[in-house]
Amino acid sequence: MTGKQETVSLFKPKLGGADTGLQKELATGNESFFTTTPFDRKKRLTEIVAKSVLLLMTLLMVIPLILIVCYLLYKAFPVLSLDFLFTNPTRGMRAGGIWAALLGTMYLVVISLLVSAPIGVLAAIYLSEYAGDNWLTRIINLAVVNLAGVPSIVHALFGVGAFVLFARMGRSILAASLTLAIMTLPVIIAATNEALRAVPMAFREACWNVGATRWQTIRSIVLPNSISGILTGIILQVSRAAGETAPIMFTGAVFYKAISEGDPFAYGLFDQCMALSMHLFTISTQVPGVPEAVPYGTAVVLLGTVLLVNMLAIVLRMYLRSRKKW
Amino acid sequence: MRDDDKKIEISNLRVTYGEKEALKGISLDVYENEILSIIGPAQSGKTTLLKVINRTIDLVPDAKVQGTAKVDGENVRDVKSVYQLRRKIGMVFPLPVGLPLSIYDNVAFAPRAAGIRNRKDLDAIVEHCLQQAALWDEVKDRLDSLGTRLSGGQQQRLTIARALSHQPEILCLDEFSIAVDPVTTMRIEDVLKELRSQVTIILVTNLVQQARRLADRTAFLLNGELIEIDINEVIFSDSPANQMTYDYVSGTFG
Ligand SMILES: Nc1ncnc2c1ncn2[C@@H]1O[C@H](COP(=O)(O)OP(=O)(O)OP(=O)(O)O)[C@@H](O)[C@H]1O
Ligand SMILES: [Mg+2]
Repeated sequence: MTGKQETVSLFKPKLGGADTGLQKELATGNESFFTTTPFDRKKRLTEIVAKSVLLLMTLLMVIPLILIVCYLLYKAFPVLSLDFLFTNPTRGMRAGGIWAALLGTMYLVVISLLVSAPIGVLAAIYLSEYAGDNWLTRIINLAVVNLAGVPSIVHALFGVGAFVLFARMGRSILAASLTLAIMTLPVIIAATNEALRAVPMAFREACWNVGATRWQTIRSIVLPNSISGILTGIILQVSRAAGETAPIMFTGAVFYKAISEGDPFAYGLFDQCMALSMHLFTISTQVPGVPEAVPYGTAVVLLGTVLLVNMLAIVLRMYLRSRKKW
Repeated sequence: MRDDDKKIEISNLRVTYGEKEALKGISLDVYENEILSIIGPAQSGKTTLLKVINRTIDLVPDAKVQGTAKVDGENVRDVKSVYQLRRKIGMVFPLPVGLPLSIYDNVAFAPRAAGIRNRKDLDAIVEHCLQQAALWDEVKDRLDSLGTRLSGGQQQRLTIARALSHQPEILCLDEFSIAVDPVTTMRIEDVLKELRSQVTIILVTNLVQQARRLADRTAFLLNGELIEIDINEVIFSDSPANQMTYDYVSGTFG
């Protein structure tokens, strides 16, 4: 169908039968307005091509993802049950569940975020709302951005040096959590900075003009309108902290540790712990004779946890967006 | 007009943004309960002057201020509380800014920031200011809806209501009619005429006729220099002191 036919068929029914001046105008006088030039046709073709390519890429990305999830679920099916979640591994990790690892990961993630989220958010507020634009803050901002891109094994080494050895925490949940916190901190700062910058400057100026202090402005205008972005940034770090092996391997996670089953307070701050990411690594590479379904089951739980948290982020974000007011 | 009627005294004020000199040493006084309008082409430093008076110029990183600006005889740079100074001055900038809050909270924002918590007092202030800004009748039934959802003209009146909400003694309006239709402009002008008995008004405007209609005196700024300041009868006569003033107000400038 050429462009011209299409526009005609679009306009006829709308105008109805009445022989108005407008219709005449459309039919005759303003012909050139509706005829497509070669340039228009080329634009449309480009549009179609662009849309198709983008759609194709989206499918290319989504299909493997779905396949992976299905494959994991299929392979893990024999072990998936509540018991799998709430019992310790047994028989040299060849049977039983993943309770010790699941709980360990939760400890690590929660403690690390309890440390990094407040520090990160407050530091970002200082950097973007209070600190002036001078060489010092520029260096700090540059450092933050670069730290966000440092490989996690480097954070691991720092964690060993700073927490395990220097601060004498030993290999413990605390040392591992702090290492994870160091790893997530720069990303949280960067994400919070982004979210704060997205609040229009005019709002702040309007507040300052009526005699509000910086803090009053931040509390009543800036934070309520950036909180969804800030929370998203934090929650995305949950999946990162849960998934990384390197930072915890040398600072507090162990291959095997039995804890009392079903007791959420089974670990202490200075205990060593198991963790899902490391457990998965162990049973799939270090222990011979593990039934195939066990590592897949572990992977499903790890993936499920991450998906659950991301889902939470999306819902929270939608809720906060709906309350966003401009 | 006597000396002790001076609300604002500006002497030899010089403001630079980095290399750029925005005000090149100007001196002028504003008397109590007058409307002083400031006219001049773009970039002449009008907005900068207002920012010096309420010290929001502090918030521009590379701005440097020399000379003095006094409000009520007190140098703004030496005031005890800059927040108190800002509350003494109501500011309305060219583009209306409805804060992302309800209409009520928009107007109650400044009183709350000043520490007023009592709901009855806040109610009274909100109603009074919205009435002063000629907006009350349009919004009294939906005070809880968002200020940002109002039309542009309504938002500008909301901004004026907010500027009045901390009971300022001075009201500065910076090209308030830029985003407002002529009818609303006339309504706001009526509001200003009523307010003149209670507050001192500085009206920055690029509508020469608006200055002529409303002001007692008019100052003509050009490229950071004060060309002339005088009562309207002189500025808008056939023979102001400076030829450039005549050219500007009669529209043959440049
Ligand atoms: N934040 C800033 N940083 C750097 N230069 C600035 C800043 N604000 C204003 N200037 C410069 O100072 C000069 C005066 O600006 P100002 O905004 O006071 O002019 P104005 O008379 O209000 O103009 P307009 O009628 O366009 O609003 C301009 O040359 C402008 O480029
Ligand atoms: Mg201006």
